[in-house]
Amino acid sequence: MIGLLASILDGVLVGAVYGLAAMGITLIWGVMDVVNLTHGAMIVAGMFGLSLLVNAAGVPAYAALLPVMIAGFFAGIALYWIAVHRMIGQPPLMSLLSTFSANLVLIGLGTAVWGTVLFNVPLSLPGFSIGRYTFPGTHLMAAALTAVIAGALYLFLYRTRTGKAVRAVSGNREAAELVGIPTTRILALAFGLGVALACVSGALIATMFPFTVLSGDAYQLKSFVVTVLGGLGNPTGALVAGIALGLVEGLATPFMPVSWTLVIEFVLFVVVLIALPGGLMSLRIRRRRN
Amino acid sequence: MNKLALIWAFGACFAGSACAAGDDTITIGMTVSQTGSLNVDSVAQLKGAEYWRDEVNAAGGIKAGDRRYKVRFVEYDDQSQGGRVQQLYTRLIVQDKAQFLFGPYSSGLTATAAVISEQYGRIMLIGGGAEGKTYQLGNKYLFQCITTADYYLSGAIQALKEKEARAKIAFVYSDDPFSKAVVAAARTQAVAAGFTIALDESYAPSTTDFSPIINKIISSGADTFLGGGHYPDGATLARQLYDQKAPLKYVAILVAPDSPKFATLGEAALGVTVPSQWEPQVRYKPDFGPTPEEFAKAYNAKTKLEADYHTASGYVTGLLLQHAIEQAGSIAPDKVAAALDRMDVTTFFGRDKFSTDPKSHGMQVAHQMVLAQWQKKNGSLEKEMVWPDAARTASLIFAKH
Repeated sequence: MIGLLASILDGVLVGAVYGLAAMGITLIWGVMDVVNLTHGAMIVAGMFGLSLLVNAAGVPAYAALLPVMIAGFFAGIALYWIAVHRMIGQPPLMSLLSTFSANLVLIGLGTAVWGTVLFNVPLSLPGFSIGRYTFPGTHLMAAALTAVIAGALYLFLYRTRTGKAVRAVSGNREAAELVGIPTTRILALAFGLGVALACVSGALIATMFPFTVLSGDAYQLKSFVVTVLGGLGNPTGALVAGIALGLVEGLATPFMPVSWTLVIEFVLFVVVLIALPGGLMSLRIRRRRN
Repeated sequence: MNKLALIWAFGACFAGSACAAGDDTITIGMTVSQTGSLNVDSVAQLKGAEYWRDEVNAAGGIKAGDRRYKVRFVEYDDQSQGGRVQQLYTRLIVQDKAQFLFGPYSSGLTATAAVISEQYGRIMLIGGGAEGKTYQLGNKYLFQCITTADYYLSGAIQALKEKEARAKIAFVYSDDPFSKAVVAAARTQAVAAGFTIALDESYAPSTTDFSPIINKIISSGADTFLGGGHYPDGATLARQLYDQKAPLKYVAILVAPDSPKFATLGEAALGVTVPSQWEPQVRYKPDFGPTPEEFAKAYNAKTKLEADYHTASGYVTGLLLQHAIEQAGSIAPDKVAAALDRMDVTTFFGRDKFSTDPKSHGMQVAHQMVLAQWQKKNGSLEKEMVWPDAARTASLIFAKH
């Protein structure tokens, strides 16, 4: 029984970080209808940013998160102008191919510089134990910081003028333009925010697990699953779906081979796509309407 | 006219890139995982082979009868993907006119490449494909220089038997051909040794979070961990076993802990054992070539890198090919293959002999693994040899860590 509880708690802790990673993808999709395939590369960029600051510059790991996030934001804005801006309003395949190409370039550059050697951020925080099961402090801290970052994003989107402009552009770009919102700047800002979220989630993952240049693919795939579960374009849904996915993984693994969790995730992915195209959060909206 | 001759000569060079390789040059083709998940081990293997090539060429080349041949490598990046391997090995043979081949890194890629080398009748020496199944298909030109996967964990199990007669083992391994072959054999050996198998689970090679598996290991009551796969997953497993304080007394992980980079895990690396094809501390007395110590020192002096077993296996594939050509007195494939069949030698890498049974032709039947463990020495992490007795440099630490 304790084993099951431990598994669930672990799943929820790590699931929250997956949710944070997915918030970046879903924010970009929601605002500009672009599937950002550089997401995995940006998660890896966050990992390497943290590693450089901690291992080379001696910055404490959690103090390095803010610089990583800020650097990610500006990198995202640059990426928007290089690979995305001309694709806005074009068929979705164009932006898909554009970001896919940018991803290949970034991963290629990363491999040329670092190879696929494993990197590790040596960080140990006291955790807590229940019986024989230990929850590392890094996992607890990552989940707590995820909650803080998600809360900050919520406040930004709902309580600030710029955040409201982002939501307005997301809702109706033409109408937003008519009321004087500089939509192009808002799109660049939203892309920068999405990439900043990818980078900071990558940095948080790097505090928990070792990584290589190629680690991004697995997290990008997970982010897509979480994004669909939470509903495309819904950042809160992404966080909830990340936690829900972690919960499902935690519940399933004690009773079946771990390699089956991928199957469960993708079955869930297909079921939600068919039955709830708006994601798990659309259930709540439906209930409200009823 | 002169211009025409020049153009013709230039065109002829492009038509067959063998132009660069004169009659006194042997072209050896291979693919290397310069990119992709196998990059670390594959590049280490290439560096070992390149070091052999440079040494041979500096000494005037390989002597075959009354001729000497310089060695030229042609290599391509297989991106760690099986899909690229067949296309590239065909190109190496047909376009680059490679007379001999070195295998790619990993069992999966080797199995794919072997189809092409057999089809074209090219000798291919393997320094990084341990799974035995590939060598049981009636091949004629495939020669495995390293211990087959069936014996990878034999030493770890024998060393465990000396410390704990009733160990409870958790087998947790990557769902890839190499790791599955290793564990399939180890499972039988563990049962024969009287151990209990408390958990037996595979995981997807792309797994990044092992928390659920580690919770299962803890729930199973296992005191021993055997498994892993390749570099990224093995290192992540080691760190998470440490972070989650899994109550294990003995941890043997495939491949990853052999790399010097494993020490960057810090305390998480302490006590982790790794079955190894070779370590610099082994004390083999070679019939020819450098001693283990000479190899390690000279390689380090030239490259400023530490030699690991992948480097050594890269070097030994070259050394064995060189010896076979010298014994055959020719570079004719059939004569060299016959020399490889007759070969039973000890080098710095240990003893090597290839099966001549038609059912398992070319499979390695003599080379033995050693077992290394990360221990603290003078405050820093060092790999110590803990098995077998003949190679031991320190006692095996068997304790909860």
